[in-house]
Amino acid sequence: MTQHASPPRDDTGKVPSAGQPPVWRGLFAHADVRTLSLLGVLAALILVGGITKPDEFLDTRNLQLVLTQASVIGVVTVGMTFVIMSGGIDLSVGAIVALASVWATTVATQEYGFGGILLTAVLVGLGCGLVNGLLIAYGGMVPFIATLAMLASARGLALQITDGKTQIVTVDSVLDLGLRDAYVLGIPPLVMVFAVVTVIGWLVLNRTTFGRRTVAVGGNAEAARLAGIDVRRQRLYLYLLSGLCCGIAAFLLIILSGSGQNTNGNLYELDAIAAAIIGGTLLSGGRGTITGSVLGVLIFTTITNIFALNNLQSDVQQIAKGAIIVAAVLVQRRTASTT
Amino acid sequence: MAPEPPLLTMSGITKSFPGVRALDGVDLDVQAGEVHCLLGQNGAGKSTLIKVLAGAHQPDDGVISWRGEPVTLRSPIAAMRLGIATIYQELDLVEHLSVAENVHLGHEPTTAGFVVRRRSARASTAQLLKRLGHAEIEPGRLVGELSAAQQQIVSMARALSHDVRLIVMDEPSAALDPDEVDNLFRIVGDLTADGVAVVYISHRLEEIRRIGDRVTVLKDGRAVAGGLPAKTTPTSEVVALMTGRNVEYVFPDRPTAAPEGTPVLEVRGLAREGEFEPLDLTVHPGEIVGLAGLVGSGRSEILETIYGARKPSAGQVSVDGRPLKTGSVRAAVRAGLGLAPEERKAQALLMLESVTRNVSVSSMSRFSRGGWLDRGAERGAARAATRELSLRPDNPSVPVRTLSGGNQQKAVLARWLLRGCRVLLLDEPTRGVDVGARAELYAVIRRLADEGLAVLLVSSEVPEVLGLADRVLVLREGRVVHTAPARELDEHRVLDLVMEGSPAS
Repeated sequence: MTQHASPPRDDTGKVPSAGQPPVWRGLFAHADVRTLSLLGVLAALILVGGITKPDEFLDTRNLQLVLTQASVIGVVTVGMTFVIMSGGIDLSVGAIVALASVWATTVATQEYGFGGILLTAVLVGLGCGLVNGLLIAYGGMVPFIATLAMLASARGLALQITDGKTQIVTVDSVLDLGLRDAYVLGIPPLVMVFAVVTVIGWLVLNRTTFGRRTVAVGGNAEAARLAGIDVRRQRLYLYLLSGLCCGIAAFLLIILSGSGQNTNGNLYELDAIAAAIIGGTLLSGGRGTITGSVLGVLIFTTITNIFALNNLQSDVQQIAKGAIIVAAVLVQRRTASTT
Repeated sequence: MAPEPPLLTMSGITKSFPGVRALDGVDLDVQAGEVHCLLGQNGAGKSTLIKVLAGAHQPDDGVISWRGEPVTLRSPIAAMRLGIATIYQELDLVEHLSVAENVHLGHEPTTAGFVVRRRSARASTAQLLKRLGHAEIEPGRLVGELSAAQQQIVSMARALSHDVRLIVMDEPSAALDPDEVDNLFRIVGDLTADGVAVVYISHRLEEIRRIGDRVTVLKDGRAVAGGLPAKTTPTSEVVALMTGRNVEYVFPDRPTAAPEGTPVLEVRGLAREGEFEPLDLTVHPGEIVGLAGLVGSGRSEILETIYGARKPSAGQVSVDGRPLKTGSVRAAVRAGLGLAPEERKAQALLMLESVTRNVSVSSMSRFSRGGWLDRGAERGAARAATRELSLRPDNPSVPVRTLSGGNQQKAVLARWLLRGCRVLLLDEPTRGVDVGARAELYAVIRRLADEGLAVLLVSSEVPEVLGLADRVLVLREGRVVHTAPARELDEHRVLDLVMEGSPAS
């Protein structure tokens, strides 16, 4: 990839062109060095997969599987990106996914069918997000602590509901969404949900006052407050948003696994945070992109897939993931200091 | 005095920061056993000079000699090794550690290199505290539980725990009661009797007369007088040295007619316990009212309380006769107030963002429908606002961090201009702004007032308040001590008021 001498860019990576709106719009219209390097890494991974396991890796079914696996954690990561952009953190996402997935698959809930399961998953996610948001925004708790407490309680509640048992889904309309018959033009419904969440997330972050306020609160909360922004309400909304994404992810996971378990979503918080960081989101807030986070998710999922195809154990995968996080942050520090 | 070289000589010290030359060839010499006072207005360069001396800043140019030998103070540790200790105005103690732990922080007495000998640390701390006349401070107590005066004693004990030859004290009396000040002076006397030199910074002339041996006056980054006798130099001469400026600011003309009609901003009995006493003031449309006072006089606190960023303990703020909900920034902004805060980078600007986004942040609802931003309208409006203030460069898509201090301030003003605010609260509007760019900023502020804005201005630079404001309130320690039209005051008189509390003859 070529890197031309960089004129001053604004935070979207766009070269200021005397107020002329760019003609070419779209998700990758403002691709900057960071996005391009993430795309480069992803391309390199696909190359590695194609060379080591040409038949298995590039098989349509395998690519569908990779994207499907990316969907659940991807939806969670979109919400996480907003929270981290605002200078916060949500450690409870995995636990919320677990709680929402078991609450939505109890025998009582399943009696209400498709709508009952979807609505319950979303409402449980929003409810947990509401508690997080109230504790952090109005209770003055540090996000790390408040969401750590939610992590513990939501997991505990999930265990209490299931008593450690797997709750099998018997609603056919839900299960059908996971079948090949439901694919549209070869795209699984889960992947479509992920795509829609990504596009909406991108639009909200870049084209709405909500996105602007999120960036302002994360960039400088005191300045945002003195500029007249309701910082606390914004924080509340952000944790609600993260909870909503967890609820949606829980529903996707129910479709994918055909069940609800209290062990669902284990360590999702770490995967989502790692994907956002790799994607260029500043942990201190104020800078980040949805595009970067989604690429981070795809990179992680692709690595897992390639390792599995090559019969490498999960311990090797974990080590590789750790190395990638370190490498990504080091590279970003370098690009940040040279631009 | 013996023919041996001075303890410390600084000559030709120069230090620049982006846009500001903080020190411009400053000379200072300090003898062992003397109290050398540093005087100067805010922004004169005192803080920068003592940071150079403490090894916290590296000078761009100049020579520092210690006992006749040229030295480089690469770091605070290097300065400490020579025997230079600094007690900053904002004490640098760790609140959650004990007194003894703070005193020995970084050089704990140890066994085998890492096991802290707590008993010995406590014993030596107790001894130091006794020497400082505060044996009642228990070495095992947490520093966070102590009063400000006691914390200062701990800070001093920490300085003395090193083999110190020179102590720099930055406004040590600011937080102290009168009898605590007496104790401080006794300590200073004991130290100098032992041959330790003290560099003493204070705004209070009477203190300098009591304990000072010599005075060096700084102004605009230069030492305008070095080594004057502290006890005998007349006050008028010292004040003249502090104020006589090389740089003549150009202030815009004032309107000839006094403002009339109803005031847009009305403050009645506003107070915050421990910060400032009940205050009344009014500002009319087209009028600039100035608050003059030193650091700690309550200036910024007053502005932030009017703006709702701090909750008052009493009193009321009204805009157009309608009382505001107290302690709510959002209510203030909605009523038409705008604040350009003192710490621009920390309190006003989104440093990672473009100028456009910094300007539009308070008016986003104007460029959005149902939360959806019309970015074209936003850009256009931000451009119009920044053009009106001649913000450079004339391209609001550049990141705000690339602008100079003066243009960053214009971006903050453009934010409120775009919002259509009616009362502008300016806290140190030219802090960190290049001398050359100040005149332009003054002209902008006056023009905004002429267009009907009410402006309340706070500044520690007396000439700025006198040159820009129509009416001036002089503050000292949270209290208004004098109110007058700016043209009836001069710099001498205001400085006397803020330093001595009573008008000079």
